[in-house]
Amino acid sequence: MAGSFWRRALLPLGTLVGLILLWQACCMIFRIAPYTLPQPWDIARRMAEDGPRLLDQTWSTLRLALKGIGLGIAFGVVSAVLFHLIPGVRAALSPIIIITQNIPLIALGPLLIIWFGFGILPKLILLALVCYFPIAWSMLAGLGQAAPHLREYLAMIGASRFEVLRRLELPASLPYLFSGLKITATYSITAAIVAEWLGASEGIGHYLVLKSKGYDTTGVFAAIVCIVTLSLAFYGLAVLLERFAIRWRPERATAAEGGKAS
Amino acid sequence: MSDGASRAKLRLENISKSYVRKGRRFLVLDDLSLTVGEGEFVTLLGPSGSGKSTLFRLIGGVERPDAGRVYLDGADTTGRRGQISYMPQQASLFPWMSVAANISSALATAGIERRRAAALAEEWLGRVGLGDVAGAYPHVLSGGMQQRVSFLRALLMPRGVMCLDEPFAALDALTRADMQAWLLQLWEEERRSVLFVTHSIEEALTLSDRIYVLSPAPARVLREIRVPFPRPRRQEVWTEPAFVSLKQEVLELLSQRGAAHGV
Ligand SMILES: Nc1ncnc2c1ncn2[C@@H]1O[C@H](COP(=O)(O)OP(=O)(O)OP(=O)(O)O)[C@@H](O)[C@H]1O
Ligand SMILES: [Mg+2]
Repeated sequence: MAGSFWRRALLPLGTLVGLILLWQACCMIFRIAPYTLPQPWDIARRMAEDGPRLLDQTWSTLRLALKGIGLGIAFGVVSAVLFHLIPGVRAALSPIIIITQNIPLIALGPLLIIWFGFGILPKLILLALVCYFPIAWSMLAGLGQAAPHLREYLAMIGASRFEVLRRLELPASLPYLFSGLKITATYSITAAIVAEWLGASEGIGHYLVLKSKGYDTTGVFAAIVCIVTLSLAFYGLAVLLERFAIRWRPERATAAEGGKAS
Repeated sequence: MSDGASRAKLRLENISKSYVRKGRRFLVLDDLSLTVGEGEFVTLLGPSGSGKSTLFRLIGGVERPDAGRVYLDGADTTGRRGQISYMPQQASLFPWMSVAANISSALATAGIERRRAAALAEEWLGRVGLGDVAGAYPHVLSGGMQQRVSFLRALLMPRGVMCLDEPFAALDALTRADMQAWLLQLWEEERRSVLFVTHSIEEALTLSDRIYVLSPAPARVLREIRVPFPRPRRQEVWTEPAFVSLKQEVLELLSQRGAAHGV
């Protein structure tokens, strides 16, 4: 048990620390100019100095991303269920959805700004478009994956369509929904940054624009650290939610029992 | 008990069913007729692939026969769902529901009010010694225990006929004997009308009042056997001479057919 913890947590952490030390050493030995590649130590100092502002900006990005995920989940789940229940809808709408998914964000963003101005609306639309797809598609796959013998059982005892959905298809699709959510969690941050980059007065994306326009490389790196942290936090949150929601899985339960026994 | 067709709980009349596979028609059930009387334990004994599960799908209304009718309590229920209770080949418990919820949700489907369904599940799980696992997820149960839960779920459904599709096929021999004894005892207390499917001759002779021996596909009734052993039946009924000779008779019947098919 302890061994696996060391290997799972400390080994990757050690690699990371080693890499940062190596970076620091390179910067010092080769005297690399800070506007080319700042030292990790300088980035850390900058983050401490600029802490309140960074926190503020990160918080605003986080809120935007959460709104996007919320919209993505809401539309994604509802439309997956509708597509599943009404087969014609899926065939009719999937080309449109696939097309929207293949327009690059960087092209779509400015268009949305032209149409909807600089307010929150175009940003939300952009985020919702990005967050929607992984959720809807993985959920839709999950709804069709329910075990055939359980489906057969419900048919034999005369369960209604609604009962089949509620008792079999929705729970069976949860693992799929969560794998979509994990993808969406990191996508949403990227999309939020792009949205802020294109036109915003706050957010870590906005901060990034300011710093890069001022050739403040240290500032850019500080923003990157915030963005990566935010992405990882979102991913971690999705994993936690999944564990909380799906407690019936045999492998988890046996692992937990093994832990209790030892 | 089964003779008066009007008193039959379940009656199948001249059922035929075929499937189209690779552009060809395969006859699976060929003009099959049978009855299950009130409180009678009837077994369909047939080789693998003879169409027993298909017959259940027709009785359950999941599919319609090409010809023939299904009557429950004298009413034509051909192609109507939600008329029977059913125990499938695999335990088919929902992994995301507790053992108790698996039972009570099925009862709710059958029209029992939620709170009463939960109480019934609780009560019966305790009664058969599964009270401790009522709140557990099904995967912590052994295969035998899962089948007990699955049987209980079928037993508690307030429906006229129980259809049990090879419920013990996946169990090892010892667990299977155990389960047979358990089922025998429960059934003899409850006396529900049962249509049971198996391809074990011993199992059929141990449990049933009557046996229909089916031919390999397309399934036809080869013979109807009335099992003479009294109730309550002992588990050791297989030691009786009559048991051995009946078993011999069925074996010959099936192997004759097999030989005839082989030619
Ligand atoms: N939906 C279907 N489409 C085509 N063929 C089918 C279908 N369902 C069943 N069959 C065929 O019908 C035949 C009978 O199948 P069935 O499952 O009823 O047999 P069984 O007697 O229950 O067998 P076992 O004892 O192995 O469970 C098989 O040959 C099977 O391939
Ligand atoms: Mg079968």
